[in-house]
Amino acid sequence: MSDEAIAVFQVEARENLELIEQGLLDLLDRPEDRDLVDAVFRGLHTLKGSGSMFGFDALAAFTHHCETAFDRVRKGEVAATTDLVSAVLAARDHMRQLMEDPSGDYGAAGDLLLADLERAVQEADGAGPPAVVTPGLTTWRIKFDLPANAFKNGANPLALLAELREMGEARVVADASRVPPLSQIEPTDHYLAWDVTLTTDQDRATIEDVFIFVIDDMNLSIEALDEARLGASPVQAAAVAEPVEPAPAKVAAPVAAPVAVQAAAAVANDPVEASGAKTAKAVESVRVPADRLDELMDRVGELVIAQSRLTQISNSGTDTALRAVSEEIERLSGELRDTMMVLRMVPVATLFGRFRRLVHDLARETGKAIDLSTDGETTEIDKTVIERLADPLVHLIRNAADHGLETAEDRAAAGKPATGRIRLSAHQSGGEVVITIRDDGRGIDRERVRAKAESQGLIEPGAVLSDHDLLQMIFHPGFSTAAAVTNLSGRGVGMDVVKRTIEALRGSIDIASRPGEGSEVSLRIPLTLAIIDGLLVRVGQGRYVIPLGAVEECLELSLDEDLRSRGRSFISLRNSLVPYLRLREMFETGTPPELHQKVVVVSTGTERIGLVVDQIIGDHQTVIKSMSKLHAGLPTFSGATILGDGGVALILDVGHLVAKGQQQEAQMREAI
Amino acid sequence: MSTQTELATAPGWTGAEQVEVLTFELNGELFALHAVGVQEIMDLTPETVVPGAGAFAGAVINFRGKVIPLADLRVAFGLERNAPTIDSRIVVIEIELSGEPTLVGLRTDKVHEVTTLARADSEAPPSVGMRWRPEFIQCLVKRDGEFIVVPDLQTIFNQQQDARQPVTSATRH
Repeated sequence: MSDEAIAVFQVEARENLELIEQGLLDLLDRPEDRDLVDAVFRGLHTLKGSGSMFGFDALAAFTHHCETAFDRVRKGEVAATTDLVSAVLAARDHMRQLMEDPSGDYGAAGDLLLADLERAVQEADGAGPPAVVTPGLTTWRIKFDLPANAFKNGANPLALLAELREMGEARVVADASRVPPLSQIEPTDHYLAWDVTLTTDQDRATIEDVFIFVIDDMNLSIEALDEARLGASPVQAAAVAEPVEPAPAKVAAPVAAPVAVQAAAAVANDPVEASGAKTAKAVESVRVPADRLDELMDRVGELVIAQSRLTQISNSGTDTALRAVSEEIERLSGELRDTMMVLRMVPVATLFGRFRRLVHDLARETGKAIDLSTDGETTEIDKTVIERLADPLVHLIRNAADHGLETAEDRAAAGKPATGRIRLSAHQSGGEVVITIRDDGRGIDRERVRAKAESQGLIEPGAVLSDHDLLQMIFHPGFSTAAAVTNLSGRGVGMDVVKRTIEALRGSIDIASRPGEGSEVSLRIPLTLAIIDGLLVRVGQGRYVIPLGAVEECLELSLDEDLRSRGRSFISLRNSLVPYLRLREMFETGTPPELHQKVVVVSTGTERIGLVVDQIIGDHQTVIKSMSKLHAGLPTFSGATILGDGGVALILDVGHLVAKGQQQEAQMREAI
Repeated sequence: MSTQTELATAPGWTGAEQVEVLTFELNGELFALHAVGVQEIMDLTPETVVPGAGAFAGAVINFRGKVIPLADLRVAFGLERNAPTIDSRIVVIEIELSGEPTLVGLRTDKVHEVTTLARADSEAPPSVGMRWRPEFIQCLVKRDGEFIVVPDLQTIFNQQQDARQPVTSATRH
């Protein structure tokens, strides 16, 4: 088996396992949902089949046991209890291990999981809805034929027949009427049809399941034979004649109703009808390596630049035909760029989906009842951003479950519902996505935060702090209020790491909390790392981009004011003094100051400074290019971008400049 | 790409008796680069000064939609930096920086030709009597009565990356 084929199998198996997990988690909320049960079962079945096909025997064997156990749920013999679903979830994790590392030795772990599963099934057996009424022996007449290309698609009629035979006594008659003369036979084509008379205690759904993988392309009819036509033994007659009481709670079609499913072309074309419970058609997708997208992005960037040069040329001439073409190309390349941006975006649902499992596990670990609700899953963010958000969010959710939510008794004492709620939501706001994690727990204990901060020497004992500043203390490195280290959080990875990660994504983090009512952490993340909205400015000969999100306002700095402020470098802005940096001096441009310099006031949250520039050119949406390692040590610049005329502008790192400004301010104060 | 990098920067002749090089001029001195590592020879293009970066790589340029540093070997060899002329070119090469293949532009006063140098004609840089730092030179090759300098780019770049000098006032053009 080629490595490539195995890699493809693993990719598909990963997706399949993901779907199984989602299905199981949904099942926790809606244990009665037959479609979900079927979907999970199909997933297990596929995994088993493809696993054994690709030589993942341990996986196939283990999955087979799970499938068998789960089959009882599917048949409605046992209910999908929380314990049972949790056991299957744990088993799913084991399958993942077996899939990722088929050579590993997990024998004992697997047996334990299966034992758990078995126990859960047994317990559920008692609690389950009335078992499906098995109608005794029924005789079915099954006619099916497969399309000519069935072999190419991997169908094996013999295996289908063997599966039917396993169900009971079967009489198989091959219908060779479609076989052409020898000279016209295509050896790879399939020509036969079958007529099977099967006496079994299985129901129609089980028989249909034999054909689950081929049903879309085939003709299938399954009829229960009645007494007259069969001329059968009394036992069978009785079985068929006996009216079956459909259990009121059953959602599945009454088993005994002998409606002939004429699954001829019309019906077979409708997959929902034919296979009973196929999920809605998935959106078609193509897998593309991310670096190819990056490459495409570069090309599009170059195209946009070349196009803007073309526009300049066409505008300087009088050739109207050229101008028309140029405008057309301008529009097209703009659209191409927009499309390109969208390609990299993925909905946050992929991220949120992972947390359902996390919360499920957290609830079991802490013994708290936790309900996770999500909102705004369709909000889209750049793929790279999504991946880097996962860890911080895991940490925040763990914090909420572990520190935020109280135990059921405490909640009851506080007059809250026993189930703690964690709400995860996302929405787009301008060029940012805001993700909030809210819990309805006890809120942040200000006194403990203060005590901890004081004991750590972060603040002076008795220092007067605003509530906001006090809460900010939890982002300080090494700060952790949990008295005891638990398995969940408080393992040294603190909120400061979360904050750093978010800031590395050019985002910001904010926390709000009301004692007794809960906390809310909101993350503001730029839509993409590849593009920023910037203010293009000129300093001397050089052009620079200031991220627009950091810009508060722009003012004029008259020459007089500039001269007057020499030596102190403060401007007064609505009664507060704002320090400023003369970029011209900082960058040593060697040019004289312009007559009408501008001050761009930038801020990072609370701190702000002014940047004196020679000219404000305008706002500019830029594709960020990273600087080479040769310039990696320069903190002033966070990257570079290519302008419309093909020139390069450097992007200023506002955080660094603000820190520098504050430093300067501190020096000034000392001097005074 | 990685094999090219190896050839462009590996010390010695990597076993071959002959090697293809691109020769160019810097302030009247003749230099040579292994030709396989050369990506492109381009005309001067608008460059963007990076304030705070050393004089060695004091600017960046747009090379086919990428922002790449523009390095000046004259700084490493202590040569005077003349104003660009109509013959000035930028040679774009790929070298490895901190384990990452990186495109870098090199300023040259004039690009000569792609030619073959023989190992038999090469000699190690003399340890005395040279005004240039010997570790920056891979070897000297004698041809037609003059010496061609084969610089050790990897060492030069590693060194510049480690010890970035503060910018010295407007000596740049």
